[in-house]
Amino acid sequence: MTRIFVPRDVAALAVGADDVADALAGHAEIVRTGSRGVFWLEPMIEVETPEGRIAYGPVEVSDVAALLADGLLTGAARHLRLGVPEQIPFLARQTRLTFARCGIVDPLSLDDYRAHGGFEGLEKARALGPVETVATVVASGLRGRGGAGFPTGIKWKTVAEAKGDRKFIVCNADEGDSGTFADRMLLEGDPFSLIEGMAIAAFAVGASKGYVYTRSEYPHGIDTFDKALVIARAAGILGADFDIEQRVGAGAYVCGEETSLLESLEGRRGQVRAKPPLPAHKGLFGCPTVINNLVTLATVPCILRDGAPAYQAIGMGRSRGTMPIQLAGNIRHGGLFECGFGVTLGELVNDIGGGTLSGEPIRAVQVGGPLGAYFPPDLFDTPFDYEAFAAKDGLIGHGGVVVFDDTVDMARQARFAMEFCTVESCGKCTPCRIGSVRGVETVDKILAGQDVDANLELLRDLCHTMKFGSLCALGGFIPYPVLSAMNYFPEDFRPAQRLAAE
Amino acid sequence: MANYEPWSEDRARGVISDHADIEGAGLPVLHALQAVFGCVPVAAEPLVASALNISRAEVHGIVTFYHEFRRTVPGRHVLRVCRAEACQAVGADAVGAHVRSSLGVDWHETSADGAVTLEPVFCLGLCATGPSALLDGKPVGRLNAAKVDRMLETLS
Repeated sequence: MTRIFVPRDVAALAVGADDVADALAGHAEIVRTGSRGVFWLEPMIEVETPEGRIAYGPVEVSDVAALLADGLLTGAARHLRLGVPEQIPFLARQTRLTFARCGIVDPLSLDDYRAHGGFEGLEKARALGPVETVATVVASGLRGRGGAGFPTGIKWKTVAEAKGDRKFIVCNADEGDSGTFADRMLLEGDPFSLIEGMAIAAFAVGASKGYVYTRSEYPHGIDTFDKALVIARAAGILGADFDIEQRVGAGAYVCGEETSLLESLEGRRGQVRAKPPLPAHKGLFGCPTVINNLVTLATVPCILRDGAPAYQAIGMGRSRGTMPIQLAGNIRHGGLFECGFGVTLGELVNDIGGGTLSGEPIRAVQVGGPLGAYFPPDLFDTPFDYEAFAAKDGLIGHGGVVVFDDTVDMARQARFAMEFCTVESCGKCTPCRIGSVRGVETVDKILAGQDVDANLELLRDLCHTMKFGSLCALGGFIPYPVLSAMNYFPEDFRPAQRLAAE
Repeated sequence: MANYEPWSEDRARGVISDHADIEGAGLPVLHALQAVFGCVPVAAEPLVASALNISRAEVHGIVTFYHEFRRTVPGRHVLRVCRAEACQAVGADAVGAHVRSSLGVDWHETSADGAVTLEPVFCLGLCATGPSALLDGKPVGRLNAAKVDRMLETLS
């Protein structure tokens, strides 16, 4: 029976993939995969033919009968035919390392995983030994993909050298930034890559237990990863030497901050801890702990497999390797775009993303989630690189790129940033807890036209206090969206002038 | 839609003791209680405190810190609508307003007939096909007023 691959990624389910799979059942053997991340073509199905896979999309359940009648099973049907998936321009332009398997394999098939290079990294690590494994990660130049960009190998080295009866590997899968879905796609589409990455980390630093802290907003990812853990245990990949447990968050954005996450894992309120001590010295339950983002850990297997020089050769400046960039919001071609660092913001949103979905001009792009700056088209020449974004008072964060068209009111976006901080502040430090409330009040006064000049100055001063006085990146980075909105879109903060101009 | 059990102290003790022995049991215990009862009732707090050997105030602090834990049983359906930036960029504010007026509720409230509890959520990871929502755990994308109306009609 012909095999047809239908994504089970939640983004494909949201646009009807289950109904399409049901309609195809009986006509073909249905294999559910993750998503390739070409979301505007979802549900994108792929038919296995002697010449390879042929993709169709976006397929609605009402298209299925006609497609079958026209020869879908041989790849002959013309309607909605996209051809060889790897040749779809959006995919052809990518360098897929971390996401090499996602959307192609059955996420819960160890055979598929092995057939696509799985576990070669772990075998290589075991052959190299712990010290050389850490050295390989250092040499690759891999930096934390959660946003902070700290060199992963250095973190591992610190934990490897730390003394402790127990050591832990903690995966941060609390992917709360709006505009990001890379962690989710891997949990749903290639969970064994995370298991392999954590097993390599455990071997490298001498840890016996790993935790994956997944946000509760990802029920499908949680379910798939739990199933993957059961399969890995049954196959002897996890067990006596190293085992992994998944824990589920409870809707607190701040738990994506590493020390808050550790508090939450220990069963408490997710309140940020002061550093030092670093988690590498005193982390989970007071023990030396590697805490890395999911994408970071899932990237380690291919670094070990292909060697540090191959990974290090990609990228620009101090940003080495590839970044899974997530194109989101008001964008025509939204999805997962993995490529070497250095691609410019303009290429991403215009050439690759195809501009806005609404067809209106782009007015602003927020990069890096709710704590990221809003960039105007004037800054579209900024290369995607940790340092280049920092130099323009922005951040790449976890790689989320959210596009807004010219209907956006940037003063409202600044207000939202402050409001979000009032809701999500852990409450430990005053600049964040109180500052965000005062921030909302001050933006409201500006929007009401009350002492606009004085209040704009006050808002700027407040941002300065939050930026330098907050304990963690939540209060510390909320000024980025607020100040960038004020600096690049000052007209939106002058409602009286706006009215007069209209 | 989920079928929740009515509150029972004995049942609660059983649920708590199933999870109390793991390291860092706080969240797993509370999740388990909410899965059974639909919420974490105030009456559960002293039981959790005693099982985990922490103060009742501490338990109260944990429950109320996390947005996910409810204090009362939700309606027959739970609709979680995304309010975050990527969905805002494609009209989530208007969708949210339409849902609220259609149901006659504000965020975190349950419709008068007990059918739907509306909860805001800040990102479902469905940021390229927004505005997005989860209805009883099922994802829905590309929401607009008409789609919301069709969806709400099916709920009773």
